[in-house]
Amino acid sequence: MIIIYAITVLLLLISFIKSPQKTKVALKKAWKKFSKLLLPFLIMLMLVSVVFFLIPEETIVKYMNDESKWFSVFLASTFGSISILPGFVAYPLSGILLKKGISYMAISAFTTTLMMVGIITFPIEKAYLGTKITIIRNLISLGIALITAIATGLIYGEIL
Amino acid sequence: MKKQIILILIYAIFVSISLIVSFDPGIQIGTNFFNFLRSMITVLPCAFIIIGLFEVWVKRETIEKHLGEDSSMKAYLWVILLSSTTVGGIIVAFPVAYSLYKKGAKISVLFTYISASAIGRIPMTVFEASFIGIKFSVIRLLISLPLVILSSILLEKLLKGKDFKMYDGTR
Repeated sequence: MIIIYAITVLLLLISFIKSPQKTKVALKKAWKKFSKLLLPFLIMLMLVSVVFFLIPEETIVKYMNDESKWFSVFLASTFGSISILPGFVAYPLSGILLKKGISYMAISAFTTTLMMVGIITFPIEKAYLGTKITIIRNLISLGIALITAIATGLIYGEIL
Repeated sequence: MKKQIILILIYAIFVSISLIVSFDPGIQIGTNFFNFLRSMITVLPCAFIIIGLFEVWVKRETIEKHLGEDSSMKAYLWVILLSSTTVGGIIVAFPVAYSLYKKGAKISVLFTYISASAIGRIPMTVFEASFIGIKFSVIRLLISLPLVILSSILLEKLLKGKDFKMYDGTR
């Protein structure tokens, strides 16, 4: 958390020294993006607050915890492959899930498949690459996502 | 826009009434909401400021100029840089990949671009690092990007001589 603030301040300072005008434009852009996303963002939080009331933490933690490590990766990558969520929803959601005790490994499987594997976007991709290559590309991406997730789990000491 | 505001209002009224009449589920939902909001609000400004700075200082044209690099390792690096500036994910990535294809980019460079623009976009990564952690983002990129390059090279080997075609997306 502190690191993010430090980086932001540092970048702002460098930017300001190099060009105050450009920095001003950047801040304006930042504000514009923020205000555009504010409403969908609040609605996402509202939905999540209801979902977390309906599904108590114990249930989530039970299904996503130690004994079911691999099952949670399987679930996470299935959700990730099927759904399309914009990053500005997926990452805050992941942050919340992480605080609730879900492993970095499952979060990694979820976010990486979400971005790389697209079952819903299959028709769009097919129109550019053809059916066969689209299937191959998605399978390769699933493999990459799983390897990345397992490596993440290893580095965070969640497996072995 | 209007629908969203109405939804938020209904939610706010529901939580407020729950507070007044001590309706437990409503209070819990409201508490959830404010807990989440608090942890988000502390991170969000930074994420957006970094994204704003990135957009002002990094010029796509500079990157595109380098895509013709002969040395293949450099071509991968530049195409990953290009993909990191992609906005909007796969829907935008495919038309760009098609124009790269038209300009004669190698198959492996094309696939590196497509996959890298899914996982390596800077604004997205800033968001990720803000909410999940910088360490997480670094691990993810360091492991997945080399795999993307490697698999793209293998895919090119597989498709070479097999008359690979990319279509313009209108089929």
